[in-house]
Amino acid sequence: MLLTLFGISILIFVMLRLVPGNIADIVFNAAGMIDVAEKAKLEKELGLDKSIVVQYVQWIGGLMHGDLGYSYVSEKPAIQEILPRIPITAKVASLALAFSILFGVPLGVLSAVRQNTRLDYVLRVISLSGLSIPAFWLGLLILMAFVAWFGSIPIYTDPPHGFWNTLALYSVPAMAVGFRSSALVMRLTRSSMLEVLRQDYIRTARAKGATDRTVNYHHALRNAMLPVVTVIGIEAAFLMGGLIVTETVFNIPGVARFLVEAIRWRDYPIVQNLVMFIAVVAVSINFLIDLLYAVLDPRIRYA
Amino acid sequence: MAVTELVPGPVQKEERREAWLSRLAYYAISHPLGFAGALIMFVFVFAAVFADFITAYGPTTTNSAISLLPPGHGHPFGADSMGRDIYSRIVYGARISLAVGIGSTALGSFFGVVLGLTSGYIGGWVDLIIQRLVDILQAVPLLVLALVMAAALGPALDNTIVAIAIPLIPSTARVIRSNALALREQPFVEAARAVGMSEFRIAVRHVLPNTLAPLIVIATAQLGAAILTEASLSFLGLGVPEPHPSWGRMLSESAAEYMRTAPWLVIFPGLAISLAVFGTNLFGDALRDILDPRLRD
Repeated sequence: MLLTLFGISILIFVMLRLVPGNIADIVFNAAGMIDVAEKAKLEKELGLDKSIVVQYVQWIGGLMHGDLGYSYVSEKPAIQEILPRIPITAKVASLALAFSILFGVPLGVLSAVRQNTRLDYVLRVISLSGLSIPAFWLGLLILMAFVAWFGSIPIYTDPPHGFWNTLALYSVPAMAVGFRSSALVMRLTRSSMLEVLRQDYIRTARAKGATDRTVNYHHALRNAMLPVVTVIGIEAAFLMGGLIVTETVFNIPGVARFLVEAIRWRDYPIVQNLVMFIAVVAVSINFLIDLLYAVLDPRIRYA
Repeated sequence: MAVTELVPGPVQKEERREAWLSRLAYYAISHPLGFAGALIMFVFVFAAVFADFITAYGPTTTNSAISLLPPGHGHPFGADSMGRDIYSRIVYGARISLAVGIGSTALGSFFGVVLGLTSGYIGGWVDLIIQRLVDILQAVPLLVLALVMAAALGPALDNTIVAIAIPLIPSTARVIRSNALALREQPFVEAARAVGMSEFRIAVRHVLPNTLAPLIVIATAQLGAAILTEASLSFLGLGVPEPHPSWGRMLSESAAEYMRTAPWLVIFPGLAISLAVFGTNLFGDALRDILDPRLRD
């Protein structure tokens, strides 16, 4: 786990330094100035004149005791730029995840129990379209619907106050992001349920006179959930992709949109710390999922 | 008489082609959704190949007289603010989408196969190192990695293909590795070794062909993901640059400004992306059912 994170840090760092032109170039090109001495001074100030190894060691050294460096653009400590944006993205992400479980699991079960009926076909086509529609287009369509029905679109630049306000406001982009995840969860729940429903112990349960409800929800679903939990875990980390475009569409000041802005500005300290943060979240979620296995399936033991 | 029967004459060739056709028809009937997906894909490929013949305007031809023209009047999908015909741009956009989609999937599959085959067939410390590399690539979400890659390489068509191909490598490498691991122990590999075949030849000539089915399945699934990622990158302004007509960038140009006044600028490019990916997914699902029932998720 630590080895993976170490590898990721090197990967990100090297990749960002492949970029032709650094922040000094951008600043000077934008201003139309080509003063070599001034540019060298700025590069020195930002530490860009040092060798790539020194720059890397400085970054990781700082990271170890919570110093993420300074944003090139705002000149504020990177941590002050990143931290306040995390809760916003976290709220949208958890709502999207809740949305995907709330719709994905029951609809997946329904699709499996009614296998090869018209309902099953309709649900399967819907779930496949969920995997095909880009999140940003869905977001745009939702905004267009808002314009058509209410004459205005939800504004996200000021953080909402109160629980219900937050819920109402953030559930709109969460739907745009969560549609894909719920489609994925639904497909997986369906196939996992179908597999379990074919097993002998399900037939035994039916033979002893258990109702459909007990068989489907008590015996089958519990065992079918294991692969579904894995996918929910992977999705939780990979929601980031959907969040990046959705936060851009809805103008939400979260970390995901901030990443795109920082990339455009070649703001290395922000980009490398943000990608690192995303990787840490992804790796930790996978670790937690592994632990959750043991809870869900008592046969799995980690010695 | 017996000898002549063994030589495939013209009659038998004809029969074989008929058998092939009837098998195709069988799959089309038994997997109607997959057949629909294949049809959708065919339409997009046709549009991409014959774009010059099925459009009346160039994708970059501007005409201020028809700026923001609604659909109709010889412009079935309307025109954008610069007076470019949306229908032509979408048809030409199929070229970009397919070029990036197929290009990055092929590139990603190639490196995935090389890494997976090496890892699974050789094993040992080589396997260990490759697996750690794959872990690293897989820990970063696809779009995030593609985004950083695209920014690092700079905006160009071939750079976009590379930026999307790299995040696709790990899953292909994983699938090929697990297959190679199982195939390595098979008697036919042992037999090939016994007759003195080199390890490289065994890996390429005997192990690789047996991993083709799962490879095709995963590549089809990745094709849809690659098309979506290209659209997202271009939407964010970090993908395919001007003057290429990219569906994703058509949306970012029109999104905020014309959402109220010219909704067709938002609807048609988005429909094109969704439909193309939907077709690929339908087709991919059916392929998976036919080729590799074990991979069913």
